[in-house]
Amino acid sequence: MKVLDRFGRATIDFFEYAGGLTMLSLESAGFMVRLRVRIAETISQAALLGVQSWIIVVLTSLFTGMVISLESAQQAVQYGFGSFVGGAVAYGTVRELGPMLTAVVVAGRVGAAIAAELGSMVVTEQIEALRSMGLEPSRFLVVPRLVALLLMLPMLTIFADVVSILGGMWVAFNYAHISYDTFMSSVRETIGFDDVLKGLVKSLVFAVIIAMVGAYQGLSTKGGAAGVGKSTTSAVVLSIILIFASNFVLSFLLFGGR
Amino acid sequence: MTQTARASQPDLVAQLADVSLAFGDRVVLSNCSLDIVEGAITCIVGLSGAGKSTIVRLLDGLLRPDEGHVYVRGQDICHLTEEQLIPVRQKISLSFQFAALLDSLTIGENVALPLQENTTMSASEIRGRVNESLDSVGLLHTFDNLPNELSGGMLKRAGFARAIATRPELILYDEPTTGLDPIVTHLITETIVKLRQKLNGTAVVISHDLQSIYMMADYVAMLFEGAVIAYDTVDNFRRSPNPIVQQFIQGSEVGPIPI
Repeated sequence: MKVLDRFGRATIDFFEYAGGLTMLSLESAGFMVRLRVRIAETISQAALLGVQSWIIVVLTSLFTGMVISLESAQQAVQYGFGSFVGGAVAYGTVRELGPMLTAVVVAGRVGAAIAAELGSMVVTEQIEALRSMGLEPSRFLVVPRLVALLLMLPMLTIFADVVSILGGMWVAFNYAHISYDTFMSSVRETIGFDDVLKGLVKSLVFAVIIAMVGAYQGLSTKGGAAGVGKSTTSAVVLSIILIFASNFVLSFLLFGGR
Repeated sequence: MTQTARASQPDLVAQLADVSLAFGDRVVLSNCSLDIVEGAITCIVGLSGAGKSTIVRLLDGLLRPDEGHVYVRGQDICHLTEEQLIPVRQKISLSFQFAALLDSLTIGENVALPLQENTTMSASEIRGRVNESLDSVGLLHTFDNLPNELSGGMLKRAGFARAIATRPELILYDEPTTGLDPIVTHLITETIVKLRQKLNGTAVVISHDLQSIYMMADYVAMLFEGAVIAYDTVDNFRRSPNPIVQQFIQGSEVGPIPI
């Protein structure tokens, strides 16, 4: 009976969570469609999120590109495929690692910040104060962060793609003596503009996941400081799981044919 | 005064009628009724955890009762959506126990917020209203300060300034003097009385502080075990024959209130 009871509770919790997250997302989307967006706050959030994240995105994508190149370049040259290394690095970066790693890094940094900020506002009654003034927390707090992430995550992803390829190119040149020209021609031959666009479509979906999970966890905070900590951790863990899961689905849908 | 359903009575700003509310297994209010008379300061007293703050949240539509009705100007607000509640909330201001000012905004921006978002006032009109509201609570000089730069008493008064900026018909003060020294408590109490006179409005004050209640209240309601067990003018309340009221006033451990 205990097992059944636990299973029942877990099922109810899951559907409550999924329902709440969906409602908050629909409410926020409604404000965006009606153009009820606080422009100044959105710009401020975009600047904040971009500035907070760019250095860590640069570092992770740089080293990822370098590692892919390091692992593949020497063997590729050994077997006579040195001219394909650029394509291999770019292919993996633009379609998969660029969007996903950027999203994971931003989820750890920005998703946690959103959950912590909104959670603190819940426990200090600031969210209740907004509601009591007739202001919707979703429009006032969630929409600016969502729009800011929808703007910034694709930009950071492009940034990550470029830095990763440049890092891979530098390692390929210095480690396996593959010239810059050979590397870049391989990049141009392997990936097209549609690959970049599809990678950016992924980053838009990831932006929604990070913003909405962070916001929902923050707004559902219960208790004091411990509750804020719990919300922050849950926001990061859940965002990362959803990013990985949705990346599989998106890859299947966008690149399934080739 | 007997507490009965009188939603349509013109001298009532708000009313709880037979309201019951539980959080899980804990019953907070049980068939609780309370009238908020126009132009008066109604103070609600009771033991800690008696449900006093719950009442102000019900009046502002932040909580909904399990049973019963909450009327504001004769309108039952229990079944209104968040969007339908917006015009109701524009008539009511809630001053929170710890002010609940937005950390990221200055005091001036906090006070201006409900005006910017809910009115069509111009920037200069808003600036004028914010200055006037801050001046009313003696905090004009804090316009550009952030909330974390103010003391507890100043924060509460800044919260009052935000509450009065929209010129509400009803102001709800949730424990405005809790945790303050006697001098600041006196200052806060005087400010509430002064604001009521200035705005010619109605106020509900949740408090434990009997001295400040005697200073400002027109009516006192005592909440005990989920219901209003006494409601009267200050003088009559102090003379109440109800042993629970007398034990509460005297702060005695001996009596019908279980410790």
